[in-house]
Amino acid sequence: MKLILKRLLLALPNLVGVIVVTFVLTRALPGDPAAYFAGAAATPEAVAQVRTQLGLDRPMFEQFLSYVSDLAKGDWGVSLATGQSVISELKGRLPASLELTLFGLVLAVSVAVPLGVLAATRPNSAWDHGVRALTTAGVSLPTFFTGLLLVYVFYYKLGWAPSPSGRIDAFVSSPPTVTGFYIIDSLIAGDFTALWASIKQLILPAGTLALFVLAPLARMTRASMLGVLSSDFIRTARASGLTPMTVLYTYALRNALLPVLTTLGMVFSFLLGSNVLVEKVFAWPGIGSFAIESLVASDYAPVQGFVLSMALLYVLLNLLIDLAYTWLDPRIALEG
Amino acid sequence: MDMKHFKYVLKENPVTGFAFVLFGLFVLLAIFGPLIAPFDPLDSNAGEPLTPPSAQNWFGTDSFGRDIFSRVIIATRLDFGIALSAVLISFIIGSSIGCAAGFWGGWLDRVSSRVADTIMAFPLFVLAMGIVAALGNTVGNVIYATAIINLPFYMRVARAEANVRRNAGFIEAARLAGNHDVRILAVHIFPNILPPMMVQVSLNMGWAILNAAGLSFIGLGVRPPEAEWGIMVAEGATYIISGEWWVALFPGAVLMLAVFCFNLMGDGLRDLIDPRRRT
Repeated sequence: MKLILKRLLLALPNLVGVIVVTFVLTRALPGDPAAYFAGAAATPEAVAQVRTQLGLDRPMFEQFLSYVSDLAKGDWGVSLATGQSVISELKGRLPASLELTLFGLVLAVSVAVPLGVLAATRPNSAWDHGVRALTTAGVSLPTFFTGLLLVYVFYYKLGWAPSPSGRIDAFVSSPPTVTGFYIIDSLIAGDFTALWASIKQLILPAGTLALFVLAPLARMTRASMLGVLSSDFIRTARASGLTPMTVLYTYALRNALLPVLTTLGMVFSFLLGSNVLVEKVFAWPGIGSFAIESLVASDYAPVQGFVLSMALLYVLLNLLIDLAYTWLDPRIALEG
Repeated sequence: MDMKHFKYVLKENPVTGFAFVLFGLFVLLAIFGPLIAPFDPLDSNAGEPLTPPSAQNWFGTDSFGRDIFSRVIIATRLDFGIALSAVLISFIIGSSIGCAAGFWGGWLDRVSSRVADTIMAFPLFVLAMGIVAALGNTVGNVIYATAIINLPFYMRVARAEANVRRNAGFIEAARLAGNHDVRILAVHIFPNILPPMMVQVSLNMGWAILNAAGLSFIGLGVRPPEAEWGIMVAEGATYIISGEWWVALFPGAVLMLAVFCFNLMGDGLRDLIDPRRRT
């Protein structure tokens, strides 16, 4: 319990840093921020009103305090394009982005870990070089380009995938919202048509994301498997006559996965960043495409809300990874 | 890093040699691109709009009838220019701050580590988006944003490398010989941390190109009709679902090749400098 509190405290500086940076970004708008927030067609009176509303005529520190209290109250500004508050827009779209990101992560882990094990058990073989080449290629592929290629091959040429237009087929009604995750919601509703339709829509974009983050996961699995496989307790296990399978999966892999967990932080940074690009390619109605639409329309409050929510999400994910690590590796608790 | 070792590493991993050759080709394209390109990149009479690859237009033409082959070649200079400027900025600032922080420690170390941590607390591409959106939608700001998100990597490598050397024998000797700290940093520490920094530069170049292309793909930075790989892929995106694959494929493939080249070079350089770190 004490340890969890300590981890929470360690995440605090990052949280503060994130809020300071986003504050600076809101005030760094070129020219007059008030004019930007009021929109291009605003009258001078409207601009002046926005200025007092934003408190731009007050001292910087005071502005920062009111920025923080506004954030805490859930007042993240208003989207000019939709007229809705930014926070409700983001809330409505977040599940779509999260479902895509998490599905991508699950796909990536379930491919990368076996690949890493494969490479580690046969170092310097053709398999090893093949995995290395594949992962280097994966991390070199611009996600927006991979996405387009997959669309061309699997939608246009082969006709296996549905058209890249959103979360669910236009002819299938979406499941009633409980969690906002279509897969979970359709399971709750027992609607298997919707389940299948939403999985079909997810596979290509999630696969695009997964390909991009294969490299760090597979490489880390390989490196840590190599380390574990050459350690004493593996030699003992082998000498005791345990089957290679038991040694590999029960003994080696479980210990090797711990360092892989630490790379998840970087993996999430990649995932959340490339999520924006993938959402644009697949017309995915998440917070990324919302941010891009707002950017194009020079609507800045949603963009800043997007950056802030992504950063908060990332801080939270890192905290969860940290907690999971402490829970899985009792040695950390002992070191205190 | 003598020649014998260099040859040995190349023999062990021939892919690295390939990456160096590819890099040379890209540099030539960036320098002599305008001389090589058969058409003007903005000329909309290079062929019929949306013609597939042919003898006249090797990579086909886009919706305006511009020659994609010429545009891909011309774009090399802009893409490499953006990435190189960004990496240079983060290399110079990051390694100076990192070196100083690792050497002296103290408040400078604490503040700079805090700054690096704060940058890393963001998903980096998202931070770059936010910076460009806030500073204004120009190529210059794409360069600054890319430089900022790469800064922590240089700061950390330089800090760690300077820190392990600050009490080394040769530093003590230099100090006893009457060199002041700044001189020791510049003449004795900096040259020694260059090799690991170069690995970082090479890996970062690929990343910087990807990042800049990603930003222009979503409409930040470079604007049409300028030829840039990311924008060209974005322009081709709408034609993918109607089967005109060449508009997006060629710029995307060249972009991928460039990033691949830098990543392979980075891996190769790391093998050259420190074979144990290979993963």
